[in-house]
Amino acid sequence: MLLEVKDLHAGIEGKEILKGLNLQVRKGEVHAIMGPNGSGKSTLSKVLAGHPNYEVMSGEVLYDGKDLLEMEPDQRARDGVFMAFQYPVEVPGVSNSQFLRLAYNEKMKHLGEEELDPLEFNDYLKEKAKIVEMDPQFFKRSVNEGFSGGEKKRNEILQMAVIEPKLAILDETDSGLDIDALRIVAEGVNKLRSEENAIILVTHYQRLLNYIQPDFVHVLAGGKIVKEGGKELALELEEKGYDWVKGATN
Amino acid sequence: METQFDESFKARLAAEGDAAIKALRERAFAAFTDKGFPSLKDEDWKYTNVSPIAKETWKTATAGIELEHEDAGIRAHELLERFKYDRNGLTALNLAMAEIAVIKIAKDTVVDEPIELNFAAAEGTAIFPHVVVIAESGSKATIVESYSSEARSFTNAAVQMLVEDNASLKHYRVQKDSPEAFNYGVTEVTLGKGSFDSTNINLGGAISRHDIELKFTAEGGEAWVDGLYMLDGEQHSDTHSTIDHAVPNCISHQTYKGVLNGRSRGVFNGKVFVRENASGTDAQQQNKNLLLSNDARVDTKPQLEIFNDDVKCSHGATVGQLEDEEMFYLLTRGLPETLARNLLTYGFAEEVINKIEIEAIKSDLDATVLNRLHAEI
Repeated sequence: MLLEVKDLHAGIEGKEILKGLNLQVRKGEVHAIMGPNGSGKSTLSKVLAGHPNYEVMSGEVLYDGKDLLEMEPDQRARDGVFMAFQYPVEVPGVSNSQFLRLAYNEKMKHLGEEELDPLEFNDYLKEKAKIVEMDPQFFKRSVNEGFSGGEKKRNEILQMAVIEPKLAILDETDSGLDIDALRIVAEGVNKLRSEENAIILVTHYQRLLNYIQPDFVHVLAGGKIVKEGGKELALELEEKGYDWVKGATN
Repeated sequence: METQFDESFKARLAAEGDAAIKALRERAFAAFTDKGFPSLKDEDWKYTNVSPIAKETWKTATAGIELEHEDAGIRAHELLERFKYDRNGLTALNLAMAEIAVIKIAKDTVVDEPIELNFAAAEGTAIFPHVVVIAESGSKATIVESYSSEARSFTNAAVQMLVEDNASLKHYRVQKDSPEAFNYGVTEVTLGKGSFDSTNINLGGAISRHDIELKFTAEGGEAWVDGLYMLDGEQHSDTHSTIDHAVPNCISHQTYKGVLNGRSRGVFNGKVFVRENASGTDAQQQNKNLLLSNDARVDTKPQLEIFNDDVKCSHGATVGQLEDEEMFYLLTRGLPETLARNLLTYGFAEEVINKIEIEAIKSDLDATVLNRLHAEI
């Protein structure tokens, strides 16, 4: 088991948002977590990534058999946990390639493998950029600064391609994307999907799942998973709307 | 009243061959004798205490400028006459003792190589360079003014620049004196219908202060006056800038950033005047400060004085720590906390440094910033 969330209660500013969430993710699987606004989707992503503003009230999260909640956000990342942000942060004055190389080398250092110098890394990055059809001119620009919404999301997936995480949580990666950008991002994710990693797609809408076929769909409402199934559940949900599952919470 | 500079002033005066400049020096020295060093009681100096400089005894030394002013020409004389030596005792002392150099970029000339002025005062000495730059109409050039004193010393410099119509002047001022040194500099710019682009980097000095004043004198002028002060330990750095929109339809851009660590202190005072007739003015000013330690401090005061309604002006100042969301973003990419902090701080400073178009200066500053952060990036 790569990730095991057991009876997780968590929230922000003392307010409980996740109220007993359970989830099991194995290597090679793609899970979709769907839910209406306010259901706790983002809270789950942030808690897994280790955002300092979110607090865990009770429950347990095991990652590769280790207590994930005990690990600092940067330790989690070096150990293979990655979150693609819903709203990627702009980092003025730091070039994309500088940033990606540091992230890559930190992971290599952690694995006891060889780090890449800027020239070697540039070649590596050029290859990875093809996955999300990203123009190398973006390498020199400051991280996310002045990027369009679609470019920011592509940049998130580029980071995922460079870092090669074991567990990738894509938080509303489809939000704010036009249809072309959505296709590019989704195809990028499909290329990165493998037997060695697992992906959690956190999304409000079903449309992303037309491009990335999940193995499992979990419906989150009121801080709990209220319905689970295969990819057909997403279609059913699209048809019947979230009110259908909201009824199931009570 | 007697001052410690009386003897060296006499020597300087004796060596002056130009009667007009001799008279100017005498007036300036009288002003210095009268005013003395600025004091905290002076509104413009209330955050910057220069008494440690006044207390010390300085041996006057040469700044080593090779250019002569004898062929300065009439406009250089006019500029020197216009120099506001009476703004304070230090500017008066500069003009009295000035080692004058004149740089003239002839009409319609493009000078590709940067014109470099390097100043370094030896231990225990005071230097008084005074450079006059005349960029004639249609000319294009880059001036690099750098300070690199290696020991406790006193640099009191002035640079006057005249940018005529259709001229384009780039200006880099890089102050990397030793943290023991004292540095005062004044930059006076008169800008016609041309462009002036200035980047001012203050990294060194125990006490440093830079006064930069720009006046638009013809419609259609555009100026960038940007800067970075990055301080640590007990360093104190003060920037006072004045942008005077005295005529209509000119544009000024100003971004000053501060990175303060240790017990350092930064001061930014930015005045923008838009005169009554200066309609169509576009003036932007911002000052952003990053405090890396609890003991660091910054006093910032952006001031806009607008006497015309048909203008576009904005100004703002921020003082803060690194953004939590930016930190979290870098952490989630596996960067350890110290590296993440350093990278964000570097990025903050880099926004100003990135502007520098001379690769050697840019990479040197990159290295200095990283060295300050004890980081390899």
